Amino acid sequence: MAGLELLSDQGYRVDGRRAGELRKIQARMGVFAQADGSAYIEQGNTKALAVVYGPHEIRGSRARALPDRALVNCQYSSATFSTGERKRRPHGDRKSCEMGLQLRQTFEAAILTQLHPRSQIDIYVQVLQADGGTYAACVNAATLAVLDAGIPMRDFVCACSAGFVDGTALADLSHVEEAAGGPQLALALLPASGQIALLEMDARLHEDHLERVLEAAAQAARDVHTLLDRVVRQHVREASILLGD
Amino acid sequence: MRDGGRKASVSMGEVGKRHSYIVMGPLEDLRVDGRGCEDYRCVEVETDVVSNTSGSARVKLGHTDILVGVKAEMGTPKLEKPNEGYLEFFVDCSANATPEFEGRGGDDLGTEIANTLYRIFNNKSSVDLKTLCISPREHCWVLYVDVLLLECGGNLFDAISIAVKAALFNTSIPRVRVLEDEEGSKDIELSDDPYDCIRLSVENVPCIVTLCKIGYRHVVDATLQEEACSLASLLVSVTSKGVVTCMRKVGKGSLDPESIFEMMETGKRVGKVLHASLQSVLHKEESLGPKRQKVGFLG
Repeated sequence: MAGLELLSDQGYRVDGRRAGELRKIQARMGVFAQADGSAYIEQGNTKALAVVYGPHEIRGSRARALPDRALVNCQYSSATFSTGERKRRPHGDRKSCEMGLQLRQTFEAAILTQLHPRSQIDIYVQVLQADGGTYAACVNAATLAVLDAGIPMRDFVCACSAGFVDGTALADLSHVEEAAGGPQLALALLPASGQIALLEMDARLHEDHLERVLEAAAQAARDVHTLLDRVVRQHVREASILLGD
Repeated sequence: MRDGGRKASVSMGEVGKRHSYIVMGPLEDLRVDGRGCEDYRCVEVETDVVSNTSGSARVKLGHTDILVGVKAEMGTPKLEKPNEGYLEFFVDCSANATPEFEGRGGDDLGTEIANTLYRIFNNKSSVDLKTLCISPREHCWVLYVDVLLLECGGNLFDAISIAVKAALFNTSIPRVRVLEDEEGSKDIELSDDPYDCIRLSVENVPCIVTLCKIGYRHVVDATLQEEACSLASLLVSVTSKGVVTCMRKVGKGSLDPESIFEMMETGKRVGKVLHASLQSVLHKEESLGPKRQKVGFLG
């Protein structure tokens, strides 16, 4: 994008944030009563909904059942009105399938699947508005939804994206920054142990800079963890008030 | 805390009892949740939920949750109607509602709902399509109305039609001017002021009222359990003046002609009240202006 300065001399980005600053995150658990678990998250202008069904019996062919653990099934769908240009198909295209596989890989690392052999856990993520960082928002929403469903997990899964401009690592990219074409890193982290569930990078980046970008993404993911933890505690507090404890 | 439609967990004896309450209740004008036969559940409507769109609305009717986004794009008018723009409907039954809608599972229901929407809007008076024309035979506005079904708690058609009406009310299309220079080539100019836009008049946009035949009576706004007990339903599409634009019978059972006339009268009566309340809510929300606190899914 010619003429658009992603990082000004004073260190401010296009939307006025600093290099390592996250966008405003607001989240809510238990959005839908009929699903086993559901959550909604807003990261800046990116809005995502996640719904979890399970653990339940395998749908479709029984042959897919795994004898020692649960099958995790993810679908990523983004609404036709979510992007600036209208999308023709909400899901089924290559990008959505790839995102679904990435989400599946992320959550198979975190969910304690050995506790539910021969069953299936469905995680459906719906992006309502896409303004950059859709994978991260989906992972964060899905974490909250899995917790809302009461499915045991090893740890929270917190994700964030990061980029690199003018020698500085940027955390939590917006759509404008992603479209500029620089390197983008998506990271999903299990904060307590520091283990990485998923790491993906696009475009070229010199290996000397990799550590800095990775550290920026990891720090941002840990910040997201603080926020999500607060949301879960608030939700449990409200639920226990309703139950009269 | 979570109940939903988990019929598998209910014993057969209880299902039988529940079925008879659902069927016999409407004879006394009393349904399982205490409503009368012509009462709707609590409806929550909010507009301008998604900012990427020209207009959007979210409707929550009991456990049914619908999100509609309207995007206005420029296109070419259809050959048989060169002076008008047009509407395109697309319904996405998201897997959020039930795992059966995963992949292509929701396509059948989505196509059925989209076709119904095309039919109820397929008349001259619902939306004034001439306002969508920019220059005849060359440019016009195409409104892509995208419906996202997030949760399914019965009475889909009513909720979707309310959401579509609210979203069209919220739609603002930028005003454009066609400049023609000496050589005859046309240029389309968007106005500089982002708030300079045309709003659609939704006075005559119809809403669907679904009447389910349960036993000997018919009820409005059926829940999932009531729909399961009903053999046939009548979809009536009514405008705010009580004009019927489309009528369709759905379901496996059959209806006798007297029932159909009765149901249509009920549909018109209920439809007029529904339109009046919807109009007042939409105007009240609009009068709060841009400083209105947007709740969306967070509330």
